[in-house]
Amino acid sequence: MSRPLRPRAVLSALSVLVLLSACGGSGKEAPGKGTAASDAPAHGDAIIEGSIGDISGFLSAVTTDASSHEAAGYVFNGLVRYDKDLRLEGELAESWDISPDGKKITFRLRKGVTWHDGAPFTSDDVMFTYRRMIDPKTPTAYGEDFKQVKRASAPDPHTFVAEYARPFAPALASWGMHILPKHLLEKHPDISRSPLNKKPVGTGPFRFVEWKTGEKTVFDANPAYFEGKPYISRVVTRVIPDLATMFLELKSGGLDLMNLTPLQYTRQTETAEFRKSFNRFRYLSSGYTYLGFRLSHPFFKDSKVRQAIAHAVNKKEVIEGVFFGLGQEATGPYKPGTWPYNPNVKRYPHDPSKAKELLAEAGWKEKDGDGVLKKDGRRFEFTVLTNAGNENRAKTAAIIQQNLSAVGIKMEIRTVEWAAFINEFVKKRKFDALILGWNITPDPDQYDVWHSSKTGPDELNHIGYANAEVDRLLEEGRRTFDTGKRKKAYFRIQEILAEEQPIVFLCYPDSLPAVHKRFRGIVPAPAGISYNFIQWYVPKGEQKYTTFRQ
Amino acid sequence: MYRYIVRRVLISVPLLIGISLITFGVINMAPGGPIGISSDLNPKATAEYRERLKAYYGLDRPIYVRYGQWLGRMAVLDFGDSFSPDGRKVWDKIRERIPVTLSINLLSMATIFLIAVPIGIYSAVRKGSLFDRIATVTVFTGFAVPTFWLALLLMILFGVHLGWLPISGLVSLEHDSLPLAGRVADRAKHLVLPIFLAGFGGLAGISRYMRSNMLEVIRQDYVATARAKGLPERKVVFRHAMRNALLPVITILGLSVPDLLGGSVIFETIFAIPGMGQLFYQGVMSRDYPLIMGILTIGAFLTLLGNILADVGYALADPRINTGRTG
Repeated sequence: MSRPLRPRAVLSALSVLVLLSACGGSGKEAPGKGTAASDAPAHGDAIIEGSIGDISGFLSAVTTDASSHEAAGYVFNGLVRYDKDLRLEGELAESWDISPDGKKITFRLRKGVTWHDGAPFTSDDVMFTYRRMIDPKTPTAYGEDFKQVKRASAPDPHTFVAEYARPFAPALASWGMHILPKHLLEKHPDISRSPLNKKPVGTGPFRFVEWKTGEKTVFDANPAYFEGKPYISRVVTRVIPDLATMFLELKSGGLDLMNLTPLQYTRQTETAEFRKSFNRFRYLSSGYTYLGFRLSHPFFKDSKVRQAIAHAVNKKEVIEGVFFGLGQEATGPYKPGTWPYNPNVKRYPHDPSKAKELLAEAGWKEKDGDGVLKKDGRRFEFTVLTNAGNENRAKTAAIIQQNLSAVGIKMEIRTVEWAAFINEFVKKRKFDALILGWNITPDPDQYDVWHSSKTGPDELNHIGYANAEVDRLLEEGRRTFDTGKRKKAYFRIQEILAEEQPIVFLCYPDSLPAVHKRFRGIVPAPAGISYNFIQWYVPKGEQKYTTFRQ
Repeated sequence: MYRYIVRRVLISVPLLIGISLITFGVINMAPGGPIGISSDLNPKATAEYRERLKAYYGLDRPIYVRYGQWLGRMAVLDFGDSFSPDGRKVWDKIRERIPVTLSINLLSMATIFLIAVPIGIYSAVRKGSLFDRIATVTVFTGFAVPTFWLALLLMILFGVHLGWLPISGLVSLEHDSLPLAGRVADRAKHLVLPIFLAGFGGLAGISRYMRSNMLEVIRQDYVATARAKGLPERKVVFRHAMRNALLPVITILGLSVPDLLGGSVIFETIFAIPGMGQLFYQGVMSRDYPLIMGILTIGAFLTLLGNILADVGYALADPRINTGRTG
């Protein structure tokens, strides 16, 4: 339910934890028009959400799981955030200036903002947060962006200045990091051990009420919130680890909101009864699945072979068979409908004869009639790896297996438990090919995934992609704040990736949330539906939970 | 007897240490680690961060040093701090889950014994009867049916269609605002399905055990004697046969002690019950070594304790058991 907090590229295997991934295209299925007088916005009622995992703490600097970040998003604010079109806008910062050389960002902070305990929010808090982010005693995974800051200063209570040695475009988004209350945390050298990690005090739209470990978290609307008190008075997130149970809870009225699976969306919520109580939404999620190759592998060195595989794989069949048609063919690493996305790149329609042709050009020929291509005495056989427990990926692999056998390539499928998969195979580069997914971050900087310097065991370019022009463009894209220049760089990168097919981009799956019909004011946008959560409301006459208030 | 107990307890200490040594080794050898949870495939996680985190959790020291430290802490009953970002004490995390798991397990175990023992006796007495056959089929069905599947079916029936019972969780959201009677009823309602399922699945073991014990006892001479001297059948069954057939059940009770605190992952996941099973599963998935070690140590301790209790109880109840007492 949270807004995208910061650019994060965590594998979408982990994002299964996200109940509602907060990004997407558009498309609401059921109209929720509210013009009648009885539909007027009103305060009150509670929303009950389900989450498959318990949170691990409220200070998002030290947590990395989606559930925790979501929960923290109710209580805390950053200086900036992404708006409904996934562009940065001010949150605790009213506005900001970037110096002409791009090295200095000056934030002007909102005045009159208070912490939930009544203390005023000032630039001291921002400075304190910055210092804690670079403090070696803070076990944070997000310190790197802040270490780029050469000098930070707070000239007055409502101004904060960050200076960088070089312009660094993703740095702006890093200030979406939740700002911490200095007056409550000063005395705790390790913020993860502070009471605030269990009982947070923030500036956000909701105040913390309780956290029953393994059971639920509860928040109440903050009447003093600087953007106005949220209409919904209480947010309860219940931990329900099993998705089938969660769905039954939703159907029986125990939950108001959950992300449906494609199966639930197409086969189990078509009933009149369900449609009477719930609105379903559908928009692109912020991720894509792909078939990646170890590019040093003798088979996959040749871009012709990769292009042939791209032609051989029937992406439509994958989307139909795995996602029940609820997704879009992927063409590159950015999301359609957002500014970095280049719609005019080379596409690879399903074309087995073209695939065979390209393979023949690369020297792979059928010789002895056993149906498998050969070259220099080697049969075209390889193993694709994917993580166990992700049914979608296993199904995708099965479809691709069939597609490839039609052009004379024999592909074995092997699924491996997640930790072993990452540590024993991906990090050690012991794979021929793999099926995985990446999250698409709102900031287009994908230096870590594509740059040729990022091929160390713990780094993310595990396919070993190296292209001098892409390297240069990635560098260019992150060193300017000029959206026009950045767009140009990222457009070109997409052209090169589409041409070279270092990975076969398979599919952008849809996000499919269902929300109880009594909630109004939900307007899907590229950012999903949760960006305007504080404006969601339930008309007085339809409010369900009215007895919880003290 | 006294010496027997002391000896058993003394033997348990090296046994417990051995178990902890093996588990510590195994969990540390499993692929992945606590650092990977936050740093794998995270572009913001630099090499320097990994090193810092390793030092933060003390993972930069060799494994035998860490085991030594862990053992040292355990000697004063300190389970250490969890590796989870909340950094809470392992013991606090375990303690808050104990009441839930313990109460559910006690209730389901009581249900199982109350139903399974009579079924077993009756089946044995009326061996081959219609009741015996129906009971056999029923208890084996309960044993064989996948719990998660039956659970979902029952949830759909009683939760969604009939609306009689809540689907998941331990209490409803209104729980805290209810009067005492309402709170008790609320909890009870939430427990019906989990305990029914646990009971249904567990009947087979005890009832079959009871049945075969009973069948054996009924063939004994003293039962024939009892019958021969003209005692009514009921007296023969309950006074003479059943009491002896129940003896081995003491062993089962003792061996069930560790189960009291070992929650079931499947159950707790399906019913969204925040018990020990879920805690342990989370601990394993996030490679939270101190938490895993804490739970496993408690489990090992209870297992050994249960064994001793079972042996002692058996020795007390059955004079034929030799406890090494001389004379």
